[in-house]
Amino acid sequence: MPETDQNPIVQRLRAWDESAVAESSEFRGELTIVLAPDRLERVAEYLRAEPGLQFDFLSDISAVDRFPSEPRFEVNYHLLSIALRQTVRLRVWVSGKDPVVTSLVPAWPTANWHEREIFDLFGIRFAGHPELHRILMPDDWEGHPLRKDYPVEGFRS
Amino acid sequence: MTTTVETATGAARTMVLNMGPQHPSTHGVLRVVLELDGETVVKARSEIGYLHTGIEKSCEALTYSQAITLTDRIDYLAPLSNNLGYCLAVEKLLGLEVPKRAQYIRVLLTELTRLNSHLVWLGTHAMDLGATSVMLYCFREREEILKIFEMVSGQRMMTSYFRIGGLALEPPPGWLERVRRFVDILPSRLAEYENLLTRNRIWLMRTVGIGFLDAQDAIALGVSGPALRAAGVAYDVRKFFPYSSYEEFEFEVPTRPDSDCYARYLVRVAEMRESIKIIRQAMGKIPPDGPIRTDAPGIIPPQREQMKTEMEALIFHFKIFTEGFAPPPGEVYQRVESPRGEVGYFVVSDGSAKPYRVKVRSPSFVNLQALPKLAEGRLVADLIACIGTIDIVLGEVDR
Repeated sequence: MPETDQNPIVQRLRAWDESAVAESSEFRGELTIVLAPDRLERVAEYLRAEPGLQFDFLSDISAVDRFPSEPRFEVNYHLLSIALRQTVRLRVWVSGKDPVVTSLVPAWPTANWHEREIFDLFGIRFAGHPELHRILMPDDWEGHPLRKDYPVEGFRS
Repeated sequence: MTTTVETATGAARTMVLNMGPQHPSTHGVLRVVLELDGETVVKARSEIGYLHTGIEKSCEALTYSQAITLTDRIDYLAPLSNNLGYCLAVEKLLGLEVPKRAQYIRVLLTELTRLNSHLVWLGTHAMDLGATSVMLYCFREREEILKIFEMVSGQRMMTSYFRIGGLALEPPPGWLERVRRFVDILPSRLAEYENLLTRNRIWLMRTVGIGFLDAQDAIALGVSGPALRAAGVAYDVRKFFPYSSYEEFEFEVPTRPDSDCYARYLVRVAEMRESIKIIRQAMGKIPPDGPIRTDAPGIIPPQREQMKTEMEALIFHFKIFTEGFAPPPGEVYQRVESPRGEVGYFVVSDGSAKPYRVKVRSPSFVNLQALPKLAEGRLVADLIACIGTIDIVLGEVDR
């Protein structure tokens, strides 16, 4: 994957906080910035509010289960700046043992249902979420269907 | 419907009422738990998940090509928009370029899909608010679109016509003539609907100033599509991040500043006119013949003729349909503008023949979050107008 240190968004973030960006990469023209989980809230707020970045629109949050490797989960945030017509993907890695991520509902209220969906289907908890309970599956459902150790069909042994 | 009466703290007595999950004006199986103070909605909470079928999970067990058939089922009013989003995502993963002819045909058909969806929306929304005849007219026009889909793909609704690298099959002769006849008639029909509604006093009373959602709230809640453009924000994926040669087409992105149900109605009607413009341009651009699929041996199935004469083509054909093909490891997020807003396909490849993860960012799911903002503090009757103008498809909400 090509080197992305020259990317202006990565440079802005590095200039603002040396340790904000853990890693960055580009694939098919899409920029991915990997953050340390404890920086997520601060970086998100900076990207949203800072003039020249203005990522005011959170399109989507998607989790991916990399079972059995550790850290097990990645959570991807797809951001869009309507004013500047640019996009970026933020990613944090989450441990499979105690999967917790900081909630981004304070920065983008739209994160509410996305995070509930990930909680429901992956079992990742979001610290500070106002109403974290299942959204798609029934409340008494056991397990988290989109985890890789959850079978596509049949029953669990 | 079941009702329970509760006494809230303080003087006002509120009642909790379940609207749905089976209710004609929820456009599917949506359940809204309402807290009412008389006729006024104090709180509206959406309960979803009744149509959850695990499409994202199912995709992980299918090959890249097989998963296309599931994308139809996500939004049954805009199957081709979802086909397109998924195919573009996988093509981006593979680094494939689709022939121009196929791109133009894709544009034409997705714009017909937009007309299809907006017509159903207009008809059902008008019926919710008491104008039954509009519904009958809209479905008459929509029928013609479904016939065109059937002519092209063999299916009225679950088309699966777009394939990775191009189209499933050559469109039949005479199909463009049928599209032309349809778009020649439609503007006069749109004028007819506008005649019935736009200055209709009852329609105005039911929609003007109802369901207010301003630009700031809409962006914070991630609302996209006509609902965002009715709040004055001209975000349209076709203009912002053009795909499938949309940059070669001339069209406007209608916006309104008023942010209410009436504005959303006007935006959608204006969008239908823009779609007609795009379809007319596409008809002029589509070359009479030429390839409809990329030439990428081992990924795209070979032509029938080649298969009968070339050994290699036969082997590729066999391998594609038994094993599939394997894109390089990586992930892409592809946006397209569906009738309801930004559809996003996040496809992750681990280098095998099956997608490691397919995530669908469905606009209905996100837009539905705005319902409390629209409806709270308003009358129950207005809630119906609000649900209608968000334009949700429950298949897409629950996936």
